[in-house]
Amino acid sequence: MINRLANPARFMRLSARALPWCCWSAAAVLAVGLYFALVVAPADYQQGEAVRIMFVHVPAAWMALSVYLLIAVASGIALVWRHPLAEIGARAAAPIGAAFTFVCLATGSLWGRPMWGTWWVWDARLTSVLVLFFLYLGYIALVNGFDDPTRGGKAGSILALVGVVNLPIIKFSVDWWNTLHQPASVLRLGGPTIALSMLVPLLVMAAGFALLFACLLMVRMRTELNDRKALALRLNSAPAPRAARSASEAAGSPRPALR
Amino acid sequence: MAALLSVFHRDLRLALRQGGDTALVLGFFVLAVVLFPFGVGPEPEILGRIAAGILWVAALLAALLSLDRLYQAEYEDGGLDLIVLSPIPLELAVLAKCAAHWAATGLPLALLSPLLALVVDLDPVAFPTLVLSLLAGTPALSLIGSVAAALTLGARRQGVLLSLLVLPLYVPPLVFGAAAVEASVMGAGARADLYILGALSLAAMAVSPWASAAALRLALE
Repeated sequence: MINRLANPARFMRLSARALPWCCWSAAAVLAVGLYFALVVAPADYQQGEAVRIMFVHVPAAWMALSVYLLIAVASGIALVWRHPLAEIGARAAAPIGAAFTFVCLATGSLWGRPMWGTWWVWDARLTSVLVLFFLYLGYIALVNGFDDPTRGGKAGSILALVGVVNLPIIKFSVDWWNTLHQPASVLRLGGPTIALSMLVPLLVMAAGFALLFACLLMVRMRTELNDRKALALRLNSAPAPRAARSASEAAGSPRPALR
Repeated sequence: MAALLSVFHRDLRLALRQGGDTALVLGFFVLAVVLFPFGVGPEPEILGRIAAGILWVAALLAALLSLDRLYQAEYEDGGLDLIVLSPIPLELAVLAKCAAHWAATGLPLALLSPLLALVVDLDPVAFPTLVLSLLAGTPALSLIGSVAAALTLGARRQGVLLSLLVLPLYVPPLVFGAAAVEASVMGAGARADLYILGALSLAAMAVSPWASAAALRLALE
């Protein structure tokens, strides 16, 4: 399937058909999820209504980690198989992942102020997610830091693979260190410990965030491919430089048609 | 093997002859440490409490300064092409260059650190741990930095980009290095933190040559 998607033109056709469906379903799932989260889900016995931030904070965190994993996998595919769209996909996904990480950190901070009494604490989970945010920023800076975009893309692929070591550290930080951030309640051995009435809205919101990411990724990839096509068209239609034209006319050789 | 030793010796001789590199790193280390009492205030209790962190952060920033000369000069004058084309595996050549870099920067930092620890009122009982932690952690700094230096060869604004890439990856050695010195000051055992620091250096030694070699080949395409 990955090879079938390698043709940029086919990707453009498929994504043109998939995009409206994906956007509408993302909007619908997010609407349903927000209704479940804000209205249907019960208030926490300890935290009261403030627990509802969890329904944004946790899916954003899951997306931040998953998007980085996606970037790392795409970078591996780009380096090993030279898949043409893998690099474009990784570059397109990075700002979205950085935005999810920022949302996770910001909502966590807003949640921590009433609950823990502090906007920030340097425990292992928060520190490693902040490091993930800087890794995203470093990746974006690196792929945009070269005049040659393919060089930037390949350098970014190597950086993404080196930084993937941070992901298990984030996931297990609450187990390996004594953290203020609570330990895992959903993705853990022994099954989730969260109540079903809260788990269902959480999963619906996570699905909505994933569909939103898919929409944004497709839009960004289509934009990048259109940009490249426009650049190639502009370069192809540029007239030959004067000196080459007069030299080839003097030599009598036919000038190659550039149009 | 002889070729590797020659790469190591060449880099070390260049670093020592130019002298500027080691002196620059040590000079920056001293200046950065000396700035903190001006900012934080000279009370020994406060300074002594944060001395471990000050020394490790300053060592980290000083190591960061010298990273771009690891590959940049040879990239510009063509020596890197010769190293990549030579029969020795590029990964081992990277290891030899990192070893020379460490010998010229990390090792002097570690040896100078007790003198600076006097300036920031670190409890003298922690001096051996300080030197050991820097000796165990600075190889990781050189190796991780080599990946970032190789990745940013030929980039616009290479210096700033290098710092942005390398500082998140420098956080683990910093955390465990400062924790080792802190533990020694508290009287608790620093051994666990020193072991983890050594493990970080060994892991960097395993991963960094491959990433750096891939990045160098990419830079020379």
